Amino acid sequence: MVEEESLRVVRCGGSELNFRRAVFSVDSKYVFCVSGDFIKVYSTATEECVHILQGHRNLVTGIQLNPRNHLQLYSCSFDGTIKLWDYIDGILIKTFIVGCKLHALFALACEDSVFVIINKEKPDVFQLVSVKLPKSSSQEIEAKELSFVLDYINQSPKCIAFGNEGEYVAAVRDFYLSVYFFKKKTTSRFTLSSSRNKKHAKNNFTCVSCHPKEDCIATGHRDGKIRLWRNFDDEKKYTYTCLHWHHDLVMDLAFSVTGSSLLSGGRESVLVEWREAAEKNKEFLPRLGATIEHISVSPAGDLFCTSHSDNKLIIIHRNLEASAVIQGLVKDRNIFTGLMIDPRTKALVLNGKPGHLQFYSLQSDKQLYNLDIIQQEYINDYGLIQIELTKAAFGCYGNWLATVEQRQEKETELELQMKLWTYNKKTQGFVLNTKVNMPHEDHITALCFCNAEKSENPTLVTTSKDGHFKVWILTDDSDIYKKAVGWTCDFVGSYHKYQATNCCFSEDGSLLAVSFEEIVTIWDSETWELKCTFCQRAGKIRHLCFGRLTCSKYLLGATENGILCCWNLLSCALEWSAKLNMRVLEPDPNSENIAAISQSSTGSDLFVFRPSEPRPLYIQKNISREEVQWGVFVPRDVPESFTSEAYQWLNRSQFYFLTKSQSLLTFSTQSPEEKLTPTSKQLLAEETLPTTPFYFILGKHRQQQQDDKLNEALEDELVQLPLTENIPAISELLHTPAHVLPSASFLCSMFINSLLLSKETKSAEEIPDDVSMEEEKESVDSDEENNFTEQVQDTNNTDLGKDIIHQLSKSEEKELRKFRKVDYSWITAL
Amino acid sequence: MWGRGGERRAPRVASPSAGMGEFKVHRVRFFNYVPSGIRCVAYNNQSNRLAVSRTDGTVEIYNLSANYFQEKFFPGHESRATEALCWANGQRLFSAGLNGEIIEYDLQALNIKYAMDAFGGPIWSMAASPSGSQLLVGCEDGSVKLFQITPDKIQFERNFDRQKSRILSLSWHPAGTHIAAGSIDYISVFDVKSGSAIHKMLVDRQYMGVSKRKCIVWGVAFLSDGTVISADSAGKVQFWDSATGTLVKNHLIADADVQSIAVSDQEDSFVVGTAEGTVFHFQLVSVTSNSSEKQWVRTKPFQHHTHDVRAVAHSPIALISGGTDTHLVIRPLMEKVEVKNYDAALRKITFPHRRLVSCAKKKQLLLFQFAHHLELWRLGSTVATGKNGDTLPLSKNADHLLHLKTKGPENIICSCISPCGSWIAYSTASRFFLYRLNYEHDNINLQRVSKMPAFLRSALQILFSEDSAKLFVASNQGSLHVIRLLEGSFKHLHTFQPQSGTVESMCLLAVSPDGNWLAASGTSAGVHVYNVKQLKLHCTVPAYNFPVTALAIAPNTNNLVIAHSDQQVFEYSIPDKQYTQWSRTIQKQGFHHLWLQRDTPITHISFHPKRPMHILLHDAYMFCIIDKSLPLPNDKTLLYNPLPPTNESDIIRRRTAHAFKISKKYKPLLFMDLLDERTLVAVERPLDDIIAQLPPPIKKKKFGT
Repeated sequence: MVEEESLRVVRCGGSELNFRRAVFSVDSKYVFCVSGDFIKVYSTATEECVHILQGHRNLVTGIQLNPRNHLQLYSCSFDGTIKLWDYIDGILIKTFIVGCKLHALFALACEDSVFVIINKEKPDVFQLVSVKLPKSSSQEIEAKELSFVLDYINQSPKCIAFGNEGEYVAAVRDFYLSVYFFKKKTTSRFTLSSSRNKKHAKNNFTCVSCHPKEDCIATGHRDGKIRLWRNFDDEKKYTYTCLHWHHDLVMDLAFSVTGSSLLSGGRESVLVEWREAAEKNKEFLPRLGATIEHISVSPAGDLFCTSHSDNKLIIIHRNLEASAVIQGLVKDRNIFTGLMIDPRTKALVLNGKPGHLQFYSLQSDKQLYNLDIIQQEYINDYGLIQIELTKAAFGCYGNWLATVEQRQEKETELELQMKLWTYNKKTQGFVLNTKVNMPHEDHITALCFCNAEKSENPTLVTTSKDGHFKVWILTDDSDIYKKAVGWTCDFVGSYHKYQATNCCFSEDGSLLAVSFEEIVTIWDSETWELKCTFCQRAGKIRHLCFGRLTCSKYLLGATENGILCCWNLLSCALEWSAKLNMRVLEPDPNSENIAAISQSSTGSDLFVFRPSEPRPLYIQKNISREEVQWGVFVPRDVPESFTSEAYQWLNRSQFYFLTKSQSLLTFSTQSPEEKLTPTSKQLLAEETLPTTPFYFILGKHRQQQQDDKLNEALEDELVQLPLTENIPAISELLHTPAHVLPSASFLCSMFINSLLLSKETKSAEEIPDDVSMEEEKESVDSDEENNFTEQVQDTNNTDLGKDIIHQLSKSEEKELRKFRKVDYSWITAL
Repeated sequence: MWGRGGERRAPRVASPSAGMGEFKVHRVRFFNYVPSGIRCVAYNNQSNRLAVSRTDGTVEIYNLSANYFQEKFFPGHESRATEALCWANGQRLFSAGLNGEIIEYDLQALNIKYAMDAFGGPIWSMAASPSGSQLLVGCEDGSVKLFQITPDKIQFERNFDRQKSRILSLSWHPAGTHIAAGSIDYISVFDVKSGSAIHKMLVDRQYMGVSKRKCIVWGVAFLSDGTVISADSAGKVQFWDSATGTLVKNHLIADADVQSIAVSDQEDSFVVGTAEGTVFHFQLVSVTSNSSEKQWVRTKPFQHHTHDVRAVAHSPIALISGGTDTHLVIRPLMEKVEVKNYDAALRKITFPHRRLVSCAKKKQLLLFQFAHHLELWRLGSTVATGKNGDTLPLSKNADHLLHLKTKGPENIICSCISPCGSWIAYSTASRFFLYRLNYEHDNINLQRVSKMPAFLRSALQILFSEDSAKLFVASNQGSLHVIRLLEGSFKHLHTFQPQSGTVESMCLLAVSPDGNWLAASGTSAGVHVYNVKQLKLHCTVPAYNFPVTALAIAPNTNNLVIAHSDQQVFEYSIPDKQYTQWSRTIQKQGFHHLWLQRDTPITHISFHPKRPMHILLHDAYMFCIIDKSLPLPNDKTLLYNPLPPTNESDIIRRRTAHAFKISKKYKPLLFMDLLDERTLVAVERPLDDIIAQLPPPIKKKKFGT
């Protein structure tokens, strides 16, 4: 069983992919990007994450290919180390300990040192220093030999560029460009007229890039201009030319590999290619969705990559066609909808890019898809009041989705729209069914579906500040052309003109609770009769929810004044109340548990309790320093079996929460390394295999394994999938040079045997027909042996499993030897 | 408020603490003057002078060493549209135009030396050979004609291979062996020796993917390495290899025509002007610091014009451009300027550096000089009074009294109205006109004084004496005529002949209010002072390095005040024949550095009749009263002292007061004079009004509109 460590708060994916420029491998097969404490290796063709390079203890701040060995990657981090990786295998080769926080990394071909940005003294003074990387065979090396290059620079690596194979380095900050020539050891500095002059108020430098072939420096500016500097080795004779298309600041610049074109991007979300650096000769790739933060160019020159503010990488072909999109969790906007779980895909659903709902897979840390709700072109401009997607709810096991969007330009001009989407099985997506203009007179404060199993008619309730709650039901909307269904308003309820703030259906759908400011009203969902009211006079109700399962007779309400009340619906009386400044109140759909997160001055605390008793089951103090905005229980596919009472609430569901700075966090008892599935390694093995007939057999072989895997428990997965490389027969087959291999006829039997050895008994039936019966018999013996070990393995932990693999290979070797004997006799007979 | 009317105002012109009263100011904005657009500019490296020709045929010579002062001009002619202008053989200036004539100008006598028909139809282009001995013209009929420049004339030598269409641009190879000729849709390269076209380089008609009808090569430049640079109507600047006749590089720089090109003497930079008003600078820069390979790179664009840039020139330290919007813009190249001085700032020359307005003080009349007519206006008047700074309502609007059109196609050179308002004189290049005006109530009777003497054919400057009894005329032969005016007739009194050996024309005249002294100045030599009573040369003020821009003789003291183009002001006592003490003091101490950096030359000097210590002078952007009794400012004091707040004590005001009291309220100021002790007249010409009268510029999409 899983060892129970203490429960920890862990970051669960969704880190920024756009923090630094992405880096391409030399063959353009992979693209690397920093992601929190990790480096992710993506395949440019399939958009899949191939590797996650883990090892840094803090934010990774820079990556660069090793210029001397393009199969290696340097990375630097706030933890003060520079690490060298073999990215093909995902192995850490070396760690250089520098000691101070590293903000960026640059590596040059001609130097045996790398350049990093550090800040030593004052918090805002950054320096570019070169770090000599000592040659040593040990894993961890101290690299303390720093030599100073440039002072008072910008901390962003976009503001530093090396040119002409490292002859000079250009750095920009505020209103000046400094160029340091390594050979001459001189610095030239060029200053633009500063903000005092109104015309040049936005002259600030934002980024810099150097021409790969010529002495030409391109700089981006806050007013959208790009300046191309030449003759900068002479402080008097320098000259520059301007390219101006962007209307807002230039976020990043990159020259193509040959230098024939310059790429620029900014808030316009348009990639601009300036051919031959001419103002009139430019190409555009528009509608990239979000601000371009970084641009990088593959060393082969065939691909570009843009990083966007909505946590997305776009791989762009040389002819300016987007070829792949790597999308992380979109995080650059306010989350109004809260966290939801799509009942079908079990994906986390929340506000995504403007006007969209994003479906984000928590398991694979990947965005599944975006659902365009507002369906209008987003115009990116300051001061423009956008339509906001404010509410969303799933109903009827994911068959229906209700969304609310609003736009308010002035106090009196409110535009509201409610949309109801139905799940279309054919297209596997949501299709707009009903659009309701102005469903209420004022802001909609809550909406919820009646999710009771017995209810044959889908019901939706919306509450609004206009003092009403409305009940919407699905009705027949057929006409002579087609059969259709649509939503109409069935009932409008109100209570003394108070604003309706929350609504909630009981688990069986028989009761509806609607809160009107300080008062909670209970309605019969059959007749829409007001059953009873609860009033505690403890402030407006902020959260409302019914208990579940055995606790379904309780109703919970949290008020703004920090009181949590629990009413008994049978006695219509207050059961208990507690003082708790609640931010999140989230019931677990699979149990009676309710999670509450309270906000205090020191941080946020988590309480898990059952409505039946006021004593919490579990308390975790200080789960986050900042305010927690949303939380959600995600049902587990496979229930955990925590025996400890304190963790039992995590058995059936996992709890995720989102803080104000939009980090998605969860609770885990495992170390983060364990959490990740080893699929990445398999993918890599697959890629290194040549596409031979062997490969196809192997492929089939794996598929079978994967099918089996689905039926088996998750823990077994690690052991169940012996890697193809680990089977010596196969690796021998693949890695021995062809001219020293024995003839294929007897390699074949050996190979087939190796496959059989690692299989269970039942899979023996699935062996291809062309395998002779003799071999099958032989394999049966070993299968039995194998069966036994597998049982052992089931009851053992993972460490033991590895040993078994080792054992297996030994038995195989025995087999191999046996075959060799036979073969020799056969040869002598010839 | 801007309407046709002389607004009366009572602004405080300068600090009143010095006992200087306040003035009522006629703010005149009805001088509807529009300068002609610039067609050609030609820079002469030897003398550092710039010749500028305008669309009305006027040719102006600017002295770049003397703060870009417009020291000479040749009046225009209706039939002489100049299309090409070039310097040859050092100091000789040629122009050619659509009437098919080549004209040489006499820079000493300020007239046309000769005009010669090239017999090839309208001439579109002209270029002098690098040696200066040959002149090449490109004609409408496609012929390129070579002329030999002889010491006193030019002589036709031969024709080159005739091309199909007009030759719009010409350029010599610096060695003089080849020429490049831009035509419509192609560029020809000729061998000078044989006169045959050795290459014909076709220019792409494509314009942003759309095929335009014709591609006109507006400019070509031949570099010594054999590269030909062309500028064409499709917005391209192209580099051609003349040895092979192939296109080397193409820069698409504009959506409209590229109309002009000029290369520096070092051939390391060139400049092109476009119809969008943008001037682009191209520079030859090395590809990398450690290689000798160089490439042409478009560097900075300059947008100082609103309309077509028809002509550009490249001086060693500046880019010069001019176009339809009538400005001459001199943009210094910062990397070439050694010290921060007058040359280091951007200069924009819009108005001529000579007087176009004259004033009859007693009758409150203003005479405006246009290219082909004169206008006489009577100023409005008011009975209202007001506080300092108020705009007073007019009780009587300004009257347009007279519109006098010239006869013939020639432009007016100069004009003047007598102080009494009863005489008007003006001159064109070939004729002199004198009119007598009679005022009968509201009617004006204009009577031409006929039978002008033969020697009075053309005048460069005309001046009436203060009592309107004498007329002084500076003719273009360097002589000065003194004429006594009688009722309806005149009498020639005397002619001051130029000193032997010089033929320099006098451009500026000044007469003393008592009528005894006449000062006259040419373009370079010193100021001559004549005694009008005795009709002899009294003295000559020592020559100064910079040309004189304005002259005036003070009443009573007979001090001659001289302003030069380097902004120096001298005061010379005529009776004592020496500089006055004040002038020596200010020369010793030096002028304020901001005073010396002013943009435009002083064009008019006058005096206050009751305050002998005051000198009133103005340039296009300021009006200044120099109070000789106050201490001079040094470089630390504020030159343009803002009006001190009235509540401050007199002591503080007196402490900050200095001799220069400057008002920048009226600009651009074409004329300012004292009508009487308490009234000033200021003639302004707002630039917006000029732009409003120009043809609309090429419409450019502006982002966000």
